[in-house]
Amino acid sequence: MTRYFSEEHEWIEVEGETGTVGITDYAQGQLGDITFVELPAEGAAVSKGDSIAVVDSVKAASDVYTPVTGTVSEINAALADAPELVNSDAETSGWLFRIALSDSSELNALMDEGAYKTFVEGL
Amino acid sequence: MTATNAAGWRPAMGDTGAGADKRPTTSGDYGLMLEEPLSFELGGDGKCGVDLDQPERTPLAGLPLRKAAPDLPGLTEPETVRHYTRLSRQNYAIDLGPFPLGSCTMKHNPRLNEKVARLPGFADVHPLQPQQSVIGALEVISELADWLVTLTGMSAVAMSPKAGAHGELCGLLCIRAAIEARGETRDVVLVPESAHGTNPATAAFAGFKVESIPATAEGRVDLEALKSKLGPNVAGVMITNPNTCGLFEPDMKAIADAVHAAGGYVYCDGANFNAVVGKVRPGDLGVDAMHINLHKTFSTPHGGGGPGAGPVVLSEALAPYAPLPFVTRDADGQVRLIEEETAGEDHPSTFGRMVAFHGQMGMFTRALAYILSHGADGLRQVAEDAVLNANYVLRSVEDVLNAPFAASGPCMHEALFSDQGFADGLSTLDVAKGLIDEGFHPMTVYFPLVVHGAMLVEPTETESKAGLDRFIGSLRSLAERARNGDEALHSAPHYAPRRRLDETLAARKPVLVWKGAPAPSGSPSLTEIGDR
Amino acid sequence: MRYLPLTDTDRADMLGVIGAASVDDLFVDVPKEARLSGAIEGLPLHASELAVERHMARLAAKNLTAGNAPFFLGAGAYRHHIPASVDHLIQRGEFLTAYTPYQPEIAQGTLQVLFEFQTQVARLFGTDIANASMYDGSTACWEAILMAARVTSRGRAVLSGGLHPHYAQVVKTLAKFTRDKIDARLPELTAVPDDAAVISAIDGETSCVVVQYPDILGRIPDLAAIAEAAHAKGALLIAVVTEPVALGLIEAPGHLGADIVVGEGQSLGVGLQFGGPYLGLFGCREKFVRQMPGRLCGETVDAEGQRGFVLTLSTREQHIRREKATSNICTNSGLCALAFSIHMTLLGGEGLARLAQVNHGRAQVLVERLTKVPGVSCLNTSYFNEATLLLPSDAREVVRALAERGVLGGVSLGRLFPGVDGLANGLLVTATETVTDEDIETFATELAGVLA
Repeated sequence: MTRYFSEEHEWIEVEGETGTVGITDYAQGQLGDITFVELPAEGAAVSKGDSIAVVDSVKAASDVYTPVTGTVSEINAALADAPELVNSDAETSGWLFRIALSDSSELNALMDEGAYKTFVEGL
Repeated sequence: MTATNAAGWRPAMGDTGAGADKRPTTSGDYGLMLEEPLSFELGGDGKCGVDLDQPERTPLAGLPLRKAAPDLPGLTEPETVRHYTRLSRQNYAIDLGPFPLGSCTMKHNPRLNEKVARLPGFADVHPLQPQQSVIGALEVISELADWLVTLTGMSAVAMSPKAGAHGELCGLLCIRAAIEARGETRDVVLVPESAHGTNPATAAFAGFKVESIPATAEGRVDLEALKSKLGPNVAGVMITNPNTCGLFEPDMKAIADAVHAAGGYVYCDGANFNAVVGKVRPGDLGVDAMHINLHKTFSTPHGGGGPGAGPVVLSEALAPYAPLPFVTRDADGQVRLIEEETAGEDHPSTFGRMVAFHGQMGMFTRALAYILSHGADGLRQVAEDAVLNANYVLRSVEDVLNAPFAASGPCMHEALFSDQGFADGLSTLDVAKGLIDEGFHPMTVYFPLVVHGAMLVEPTETESKAGLDRFIGSLRSLAERARNGDEALHSAPHYAPRRRLDETLAARKPVLVWKGAPAPSGSPSLTEIGDR
Repeated sequence: MRYLPLTDTDRADMLGVIGAASVDDLFVDVPKEARLSGAIEGLPLHASELAVERHMARLAAKNLTAGNAPFFLGAGAYRHHIPASVDHLIQRGEFLTAYTPYQPEIAQGTLQVLFEFQTQVARLFGTDIANASMYDGSTACWEAILMAARVTSRGRAVLSGGLHPHYAQVVKTLAKFTRDKIDARLPELTAVPDDAAVISAIDGETSCVVVQYPDILGRIPDLAAIAEAAHAKGALLIAVVTEPVALGLIEAPGHLGADIVVGEGQSLGVGLQFGGPYLGLFGCREKFVRQMPGRLCGETVDAEGQRGFVLTLSTREQHIRREKATSNICTNSGLCALAFSIHMTLLGGEGLARLAQVNHGRAQVLVERLTKVPGVSCLNTSYFNEATLLLPSDAREVVRALAERGVLGGVSLGRLFPGVDGLANGLLVTATETVTDEDIETFATELAGVLA
C-alpha cells in the first residue's frame, strides 16, 4: 500500500487497482469546520483533474479534484451524518471516495509523503 | 482544494468573557435588553388579532377542503405589537447609527419617501387595472425612467427588474438577444476576479461561461490581460465601476473600446453608482448596460434584506431588446404601457418578460421622491460628499490600519483596508465584532477577495463629520488593539443581544423551521449564565 | 439640502485632513473629459419636502384607487384588508433601515422574524421547509423549475394551462436562454381543469410538472392525481399558489404530494402597489435543501449557549459559490416577508381559515348575483374567491366600459392571453372580504348596463 499526494491537497492510497481518496489534514485545517460533503455518484467515470466532490465549511465551498482517472467504486456514506470526520480524521476514516484506477501510471505524477510535506512547508 | 475558510473562526462554547458578573434577573430580561420567545411559543389556541365576519355560505361541493386549519397559533393585536417591537430592538439599523457596509450604500432613508409611497393612489392600485385608470402610476415610471436615462447618459431603461442581481440578468439577456439577432453565438462573459459574486452567478444563470480577468497591483482591471481574452466567443464583460476596491477604473473607456472592437458588449455593475451620480455619465464611458440599485444610490430602505429594485439603463445598441412590460411616452406626451398584446408593433425585438407585473412600483415612488428632493445639483453633492467622507476615513486611519491601495491616490465612496500588521491570531473578524461593542455596525469584511482580510468601509454622504469622528475614534482604537494582540477582541461582542453564534452547528444540522420542540438541550437561560 | 449633514466648514476641514485642494481632486481617476463640470443641464434642481409631496400627490390623484371604486380584480394580486398594526410595525426603523443580517449578533430581530416566517410558510404550504423569500411568485416559479432540473438531472418542464400566463411567459423567456425545454399549453374553457392533458404530457425526460392551485381561471386541479403521475415517471410536482388565503380553506399542496410549492405572498400584509414589491414564497421537501435557491435562516446557539439565529447553508449562494451557485439572487423581499409574517401572526391558523371562508362566501354571493345579469354565465363549478365569467362579447371592452362607469370589474382573459380568440369573452372576477353587498349590486347593475 502506497500513499500519494496532490498539489490540490488530496491524498490517495492505492491497494491493488483501487485507490481511496481524501483531503489532507493540512487542507482540513485550512478549511475550518466542515459542514457538508457532496460526493460523486458511485459508478461515475471520472478523469484526472475533474472536480467531483465539494467540501463545504461555513464560509467556503471547496472543490475536490480526483487525482487519477477511473470509476468511482464507493463513497464514504458515514460523511452524510458526520461531515466532521473530515476534520477529525481527514487521512483515515474521513476518506471521501474509492476509485477503480484505469491508468496507474498517473500516480507517478503525484508526490510522496515527504515531498508533500516539503510542498506544504513552502506555502 | 481551492478556497479556504476566510474567517476560520468558531466560538469557544461556554466562553462567557465580559458580562459574566451580570446579576441574574428573574425574568431573564436586563433592563432594556429584552428577550423574546418565538411567536409560536406565545400564541394561544384560537387567539386572533383580526375581527372577522361570519362566513355567509358553506363551501362549494368538490373542493379539496383542508382537514385542519394550518397549525399556527395566533396573537391578539397588543401581543403582536409587543412581540415585533421587542424583536425590533435586537436589530442594529441606519436609524441608530452609521452602517458603513462597503458596496451596500446604507444611507439615510428619508421618511417623505415612505409617506408618498403610501398614498392610496400608489399603494392601492392593482397592476392589471385598465390603463385609463393608472395614468399616474405610468407617469411615475416614465418620469423616473427619464431621470435615470439622463443621469447615466444612456438611451433607454428597463424598469421591471426586481433587484440588482435581477437587473444583471436583464442586462445579460439583452446582450444575448443582441448577439443572437446578429446571427452569432458567443458564450463567454469576462468577469474581474474582484467582482461581486452575483456577477459570475448571473452570467451562469443566463447560460454563459465565465472567465476571470486578473487585477493589477493597483487594484484595477488588467487591461492587457482583458484584451488578450477578447475574441469571437466573448459576448461581453461585466465591470464594476467604481470597482469593489473602491477605485475608479481609469481605463474604462479603453476597456469599452476594446470590447466593442471585438464585437462584445460592456455590462457595468452599478452597485457603486453613488460615488459618481451627477458627476460622471456611464454612457460617456462606453457602457452598454448598467443596473441601478434603487435601494442603494436612491435610498429606498433595505428592509433587512429587501425588497430592492434594479432598473437597467441600456445603450442604443441594446435598447431594442429590453423586456416587457415597457412604459413609453408618445409624441403628444401621453404615457402608454406596452405589453405582449402590442409588442409586435411597438417593441418587436424584446427578449420577453422577466416578472409578472411592472417591477417594484413601491420603490419607484420612493426613488422618484428622493431624486426630486435632491435635484440635479443635490445628486452631484451626494456623490461629492460620499467620496469626501470615504477619503476622510481613509486618511484618518491609514496610519494604524493597512490601506493597500491608498498610496496610488484617493478612493471613491469606500475605503479598503487589510489585516496586514495585526498580531498573530487576531483577524478582521475580531475587529468587526469589536465595532459592535463600540455601538457601530461593522464594515463589509472579507470582500473583495483580492485583499487579505479585507475591510471595506462605505460611510455614505448622510454621515455628519461629528458622526464620522466618533466612528474613526473607535476604528483606530480597535486597529491598535488588533496590532497589539488584545485577546479580549476574540470574544467580542460582549454587549450585543447575542454573543458570537455557532454557524457550524447551524450548517451541519440545519434547523430551518420550528418543530415545536423546546430550546436546544443544554441551552441555559440568561439567569443561569449570570450564575456562572 | 436637508439630507446632507456636512457644512462647508466641515468640507474644508476634511479636505485639509485629506490633503486635497478641492473635492474635484478626489475624482482624479475619472478621465477629465468624462467629468461633468456642473449639474446636468435640463434637470430640475433640489426641491422642498412640501414641493415634492405636492408633485407626487398630483400623480397619485391621476390613478383610480381600488378603495375608491367597487373593485373585483385578482389574477395574481389580491386586495385584502391589512390590519393597521402591520404597516406600523414594518415602519419601525430597526426593521425598515436594517441591512441583510450578516452580523447575527446585532440582527436577531430580523433573523427571528425570518425563522418564524419560514415556519409559517412551511406550515401553510404543507412542506417540510421554506426559504426566507424570493422576489415574487413568478420568479420563484422559474427558480423552482431550475431546482427541479438540478434534483432530477432532467431538463424538460411541463406547464399546466392553468398557470398564470405572466408566470408562463417568465419561464419561457428565461428557458430560451438556458436551453431548458418547456412544454406549455393554453387553458381550455372547461368547468374543471384538464388534468389528464397535463398528466399525459409527463414523460421520462420530464423534470417537473408546474400546476397552479387554484388555477388562473379559479378552478381547483387534482394535485394528488398529478403528483402520483409525476412521481411514477420520476418527475417532481411544483405547485404554484398565487392566493395564499385559499390555503385556509383548501388542502395544502404539500399534503397532496407536491414536492416544491411556490407562491405569491402579497395577499397577506403587502398592498397591491401596482405590482410590486411583492413576496415570493418557496417551500419544499427537506431532502432538497442543498439545491434550494435563496437565503435560509437557521437556529443555533451563541457562545453562552443561548438560542439564536443565523443565515445558514450559504455555500449554495452567489457570494460564495459564484458561477456554481443555485441562484444569482441576493437581495430578496425581507420587509414584505415581515409584513406577511405579522399579518399571519395576527390571524393565526384558525383566523386564516375563517378569513378564507369569508372570502369564499363573498365570491359565491358575487357569482350568484352576476350570473343573473342577462347573457352572463359562470365557467367554474368550483372556485375559491375568484371565478371566470363568460360574457356575450369581448371582455376587454367590457372592462374598459366598466372603468368609465367607476367600476373596476375584474381582469379580462383577453388582457392575460392576447391574441387567443377563444378566451376573449372570459372575465375573471374576484371577491375578498373587502367587497361589500353594495359593491356587488353596483357591479351587477353597471355590467348589465354595459352589456345592454
